[in-house]
Amino acid sequence: MNTTRFMWRSGWITIVVVVVGLFGAWVLLNAVIGGRCDAACVVGSLSQALRLATPIAFAALCGVICERAGVVDIGIEGKMLMSAMTCYAINLFGFQVLKDSMGAEAAGSLSRLLAVGLGMLSALLLAMLHAVVSIRFKVDQIISGTVINILAIGVTGYMYRSFLAENLPAGPGTFPILNIPFLANLPVIGPILFQQKPLTYVMLILMVAVHYVLFFTPWGLRTRAVGEHPRAADTLGINVFRTRYVNVWIGGLVAGLGGAWFTLEAVDVFNPLMTNGLGFIGLAAMIFGKWNPFGALAGALIFGLGSSVTSTVSIFRPDIPSQIPQMLPYILTIIVLTGVVGRAVPPAADGQPYEK
Amino acid sequence: MTPALQAIGITKRFPGVLANDHVNFELERGQIHALLGENGAGKSTLMNILYGLYQPDAGEIRINGQTVTIASPHDAIARGIGMVHQHFMLVPPLTVAENIILGQELNVPATRPLGPLAVLHRREASRRIRELSHQYGLDVDPDAYVRDLPVGAQQRVEIVKALYRSADILILDEPTAVLTPQEADELFVIMRGLAQQGKSIVFITHKLREVFAVADRISVMRAGQMVGSLSPAEATREKLAEMMVGRKVILAIDKEWAHPAQPLLQVENLRVMDDRQHMSVDGVSFDVRAGEILGIAGVQGNGQTELAEALTGLRKAVAGRIHMAGHDMTHAHTRQMIEAGLAHVPEDRQKHGLVLSFSVRDNIVLCQYYQAPYARGVELQFPVIEDYAARLVHLFDVRTPGILTAVGSLSGGNQQKVIVARELTRLLSHHPEQDGVAPILIASQPTRGLDVGSIEFIHRQLVRARDQGAAVLLISAELDEIMTLSDRIAVMYKGHILATLDAATATREQLGLLMAGIVHGEDGADHNRSSIHP
Repeated sequence: MNTTRFMWRSGWITIVVVVVGLFGAWVLLNAVIGGRCDAACVVGSLSQALRLATPIAFAALCGVICERAGVVDIGIEGKMLMSAMTCYAINLFGFQVLKDSMGAEAAGSLSRLLAVGLGMLSALLLAMLHAVVSIRFKVDQIISGTVINILAIGVTGYMYRSFLAENLPAGPGTFPILNIPFLANLPVIGPILFQQKPLTYVMLILMVAVHYVLFFTPWGLRTRAVGEHPRAADTLGINVFRTRYVNVWIGGLVAGLGGAWFTLEAVDVFNPLMTNGLGFIGLAAMIFGKWNPFGALAGALIFGLGSSVTSTVSIFRPDIPSQIPQMLPYILTIIVLTGVVGRAVPPAADGQPYEK
Repeated sequence: MTPALQAIGITKRFPGVLANDHVNFELERGQIHALLGENGAGKSTLMNILYGLYQPDAGEIRINGQTVTIASPHDAIARGIGMVHQHFMLVPPLTVAENIILGQELNVPATRPLGPLAVLHRREASRRIRELSHQYGLDVDPDAYVRDLPVGAQQRVEIVKALYRSADILILDEPTAVLTPQEADELFVIMRGLAQQGKSIVFITHKLREVFAVADRISVMRAGQMVGSLSPAEATREKLAEMMVGRKVILAIDKEWAHPAQPLLQVENLRVMDDRQHMSVDGVSFDVRAGEILGIAGVQGNGQTELAEALTGLRKAVAGRIHMAGHDMTHAHTRQMIEAGLAHVPEDRQKHGLVLSFSVRDNIVLCQYYQAPYARGVELQFPVIEDYAARLVHLFDVRTPGILTAVGSLSGGNQQKVIVARELTRLLSHHPEQDGVAPILIASQPTRGLDVGSIEFIHRQLVRARDQGAAVLLISAELDEIMTLSDRIAVMYKGHILATLDAATATREQLGLLMAGIVHGEDGADHNRSSIHP
């Protein structure tokens, strides 16, 4: 009873803090750019914040899924990069194969969907590698994750230089914006929430789904038990290894969706290192959110807003060196990680290989 | 009547050890069967085999007369065997109900086809748990978080967890190790009730007193073999002790009256925080005088660990004062304290007492390696160090292949002897009158997990340190140890010292009540010596 009431109260506090914070940020922004951010600019910034938060949220969600089961995953960056490359290549070349038989528009839709699927699969392969190495062979999970990152940089860099750098045919482009019927026409909320590209909606739905699985189903209960006290779970007949494998694999698929965002939603081009540290920022968002899906989403939104404000500033004040506003998300990361938002306690067995 | 459980000729070999050697064990329905034995006697191996955690190399297990194979805990649970482990198998951030249903979750019926993604039926789970707790007289709140519960309540959760899985045979592995004597008595009442309702219980312990309090049948193991099985009427404490150890044991230690002199360690109003920023030592004051042993009794986790760490410079005191031989050492570094005469036998010998991968020799000079004669300039004097180490190994009877053997490969008893050799030799080379050094020994849980032989030896060494004029602070969760060795006994509860009693007049009941936080005003305690904090 008490906990419910407390959660309600803390819910209200959160809303008040968010509203005051957003207002403060707006005042500050106008002070910097000379009062040129009007209502339309605010709505635009918020909409862009959600868009930019999408890959960070996918990364954070991948972190939540893995670490709740006790496996640290710092290879999210690598998985996203791999998936971004795969998506771009499949989209481009799949379209060339399909367009003659089924027309440009249908071929574009199909090749994009195919790209998402295979991109997720490529990230899954890296996740399976991480799982085997860190669960079965009990290698230090940080080392294993680092290896995944380096491997992905190498593979995607090679593929880029060999096939994706020049002389490319015309591709089908990124996903179009998907307006949700009726809801998209609502004032303020419509443009922010319901005029986005498909992966953003997928991300929001996945957040709710993971929260439900984690806290309301047997699988979630077992996952949390395995991440906190694997031996206790083992003595109750729960297969610790299987639980960890499946979670790391699912995490890989989610990171794959994050990677798809870069080349199927953001821009129609692949560049080496284009994930630009967002996988790591996702981990910061996960810590900010105390290993909860909704908390992680909140963290991702803060970083998304940071990036969005950065771009607004560089539009209105070209005289400020662009590097200065661009530091904002990273400064936020450091502030978050030093525990300003309260000490976050990771799952007790996080990062420890399980010895039977 | 066929027995509920029979183990016939169980043999289990680990590399280099025969942990179970043709062990036979029989448990009748509704019986409480105590399994006695020292650490390493093979009790836990046998029980882990019955619970499916290990596979026997030979032998047969029968449940209700039927031969069965138990390949995993899952099999054991399915055959009605439940186990309460010595270290609880509970997940602290989950609720009691979540812990109990874990692995055998109850789902909302309509969502059952979803399998592991069905919706948990929390209300039904809570109802079932309340029903069980009512039926067997085990008071648990299904909605509480396990991390908020005291150990006694956590233990009840463990028992309900086994009952929820319809266990008919309960294995309780050293269930009283973490309880006060009163809590242990409550547990015995619960065990009696369970047995009356037809549950069969295996009760593992090494405390002789408890066996007589509750068991219907007593079996004793030693060195992997079943030494014998007898009824409480046939048994005496001496007989059981002899069966456990294999020779006559002196249960009491001879010690002279203490001749306490000037206080060497003075602690005033000490306050220390634990890692979670919780005030775990909250205004503690006491003196330890030269030539006496002050015992700190208390259930584990009442601030003893933090107290020992603060007294040895490993943890910062938030407030208060620590004086050693009159000098203020509150903010001194560990090395300054060691040089001022402090010796420390830490609670966790493998983590804080030794560098396991170092040799016996290196561990023995760990506090002095930089001083003459063990070092000259920057150079270690190995011949001197080796002489010294060899002498200590001989004097303290450390059983090791050589002084260059890694300490990690020795048995627990021998590891502890290396620590005691290092600390006591350094301690007793000081004299209180000389060079302002104060011989102070802080011994935390010095005999935890050791065999009877090593316990005897270490007890004698502590008394020897006292007799040679050291101030000894003994922190132990074993009430028997505190009562045999101490000259005065302070009881710690939730960070406070509730009372300090004279060991000659203190009784087990009195101490047990204090350990549970109950302060009596009108009993026979010597009030002149007790300082009761509000």
